[in-house]
Amino acid sequence: MKKSKAWLIILSFVICLIHILPFYILITTSFKATKDLSSKWMFPGYFYLDNFTNAWNEANLSSAFTNNFTVTIISISLIVIIGSIAAYPLSRRQTGWNKFMYALFVSALIVPPLTILVPLYKFMVDIGGMNQYWGIIMLHITFNLPMTIFLYTGFIGTIPRDLDEAAMIDGAGRFGLFYRIILPLLKPVTATVIILTGVAVWNDYQFSLFFLQKTDMRTITVALSSFFGQYTSNVGWVAAGSLMGALPMTIVYLFLQRYFISGLSSGAVKG
Amino acid sequence: MADLNTIPLEGKPQRGTHGGYISRMVRSGPFINILYMPALILFCIFIFYPFLKGIQISFTNWDGYNQDYKWLGLDNYKRMLNDPEVVKVIWNTVIYGLGSAIFQNVIGLAYALFLNMHIRTRGLVRTVIYLPVIISPLIMGYIWYFFFQYQGGAINDILLLFKDEPSNLLGDPYINVWIITFVNTYQYLGIAMVLYLAGLQSIPRDYYEAATIDGAGSIARFTQITWPLLAPAFTVSMVLNLIGGLKLFDVIVALTNSGPGYASASLSSLMYLLYFGREDAGYAATIGILMFIMISIVSIVALVLFRKREVNA
Repeated sequence: MKKSKAWLIILSFVICLIHILPFYILITTSFKATKDLSSKWMFPGYFYLDNFTNAWNEANLSSAFTNNFTVTIISISLIVIIGSIAAYPLSRRQTGWNKFMYALFVSALIVPPLTILVPLYKFMVDIGGMNQYWGIIMLHITFNLPMTIFLYTGFIGTIPRDLDEAAMIDGAGRFGLFYRIILPLLKPVTATVIILTGVAVWNDYQFSLFFLQKTDMRTITVALSSFFGQYTSNVGWVAAGSLMGALPMTIVYLFLQRYFISGLSSGAVKG
Repeated sequence: MADLNTIPLEGKPQRGTHGGYISRMVRSGPFINILYMPALILFCIFIFYPFLKGIQISFTNWDGYNQDYKWLGLDNYKRMLNDPEVVKVIWNTVIYGLGSAIFQNVIGLAYALFLNMHIRTRGLVRTVIYLPVIISPLIMGYIWYFFFQYQGGAINDILLLFKDEPSNLLGDPYINVWIITFVNTYQYLGIAMVLYLAGLQSIPRDYYEAATIDGAGSIARFTQITWPLLAPAFTVSMVLNLIGGLKLFDVIVALTNSGPGYASASLSSLMYLLYFGREDAGYAATIGILMFIMISIVSIVALVLFRKREVNA
């Protein structure tokens, strides 16, 4: 019995090593001097940070990080507000019409945003939403709403209606009821929504690539991809840029991993 | 007020509570629907309107910039059906979708069964395997680029121990499609693993004990108990990874930029290149419609099929 346990632990370390390999290569590459042509498997025996400073300056990462933070925070806040209030009537007032509306909202889950890229791009140019915070934020909100409405509607459905009735006897109107009784109970599902949409918006490339093309409006992914296009041969810089781009989300994940894993997986259970 | 609990909250205005027509309307009438209006308006503006507009554009030869363009009728659709590049790209998209979904589920299930053996390092393994899920797929593509690149790539460093010339792995149209599938699998198999692990933990231990008493071996226990009871996890994980793979874009841009030519393009990256590279917006919109139809059909069929299997199991 004891012997097999030790065997399992060794196997688990081997699995971890295999999965960590890409990150190991990323680190060795990003700390290696441009002139150092040794294999990526070798760890550089010296301390070298030029890749990071060069990538930071050349890819304009400081403005990219600012853009990423701004877009992500505003998008998440509005998604939570618009999504939670939309879910309330859809869950509590289930008329035929509202059931249809719910199906409509949720069916958008399978529409890949890129299928409507051509008309959407034209439309954004027409309304002046290109290279604007509000333009990209509107898109992030819209395309994250189906999942958000799905999660909130399901969750509100589990809140007993007795609570509503009790509040009504106390004279609360429908809106007051939502604000004072339902909203405070939504904390767990709101955490899930924030993690799900936060990861999606922070990591977004498809929308940002098309709608944030001006250099000082670029988000991290767009900045990195145009940087990569320019300096394909200089992998050290690209590696350093990628490492810096991936770091914030990785740190948040390592601290809050339990919430991330349960949150992202509960978002997955949607069928 | 004794029967208050039995009065339905929805529909008819309630008697006996605070009066006034407006407050009754506010309380239980359709007025409350105003709360989903912001969401509905956003949907109409940014999804439904562009979608209809996209259908219209797909019937034209619009170049993406000019104000005037010609109505082509079904020409773009005919062109698409006869385009050998499109056939290849549809095939690629199927590999990205179905291939990743199968690999992710097989490996994810294996990991879940392994972690369910209650080993001490379980938390660590889960954290490590799940980590790529939260990283941008574009950055994940670049990370793997350092492995597969031609000059000084980590894989070629190993290959060079056995042969003289490095292999142009990302430039080979027969290999790079599978490399992209592999990277997508590596990145998202954590989701399948977590879903299966949750499924495994919801199976009561009594079932296994009863089966063991009845003399079932470990293979019989898996096929008779574990696998049927994992059906819901299988449905969700399969459909989710299928859709994710069919939509693949970022990883392709990072690793091969659809090249060489369109050899490793998916429908989404082909559409991007047609629109911004070839200024063929009308045709790109047609590809968009094809992609929409394909993904809708695949996900609905998969969902219905797997759900039916759940019921039968």
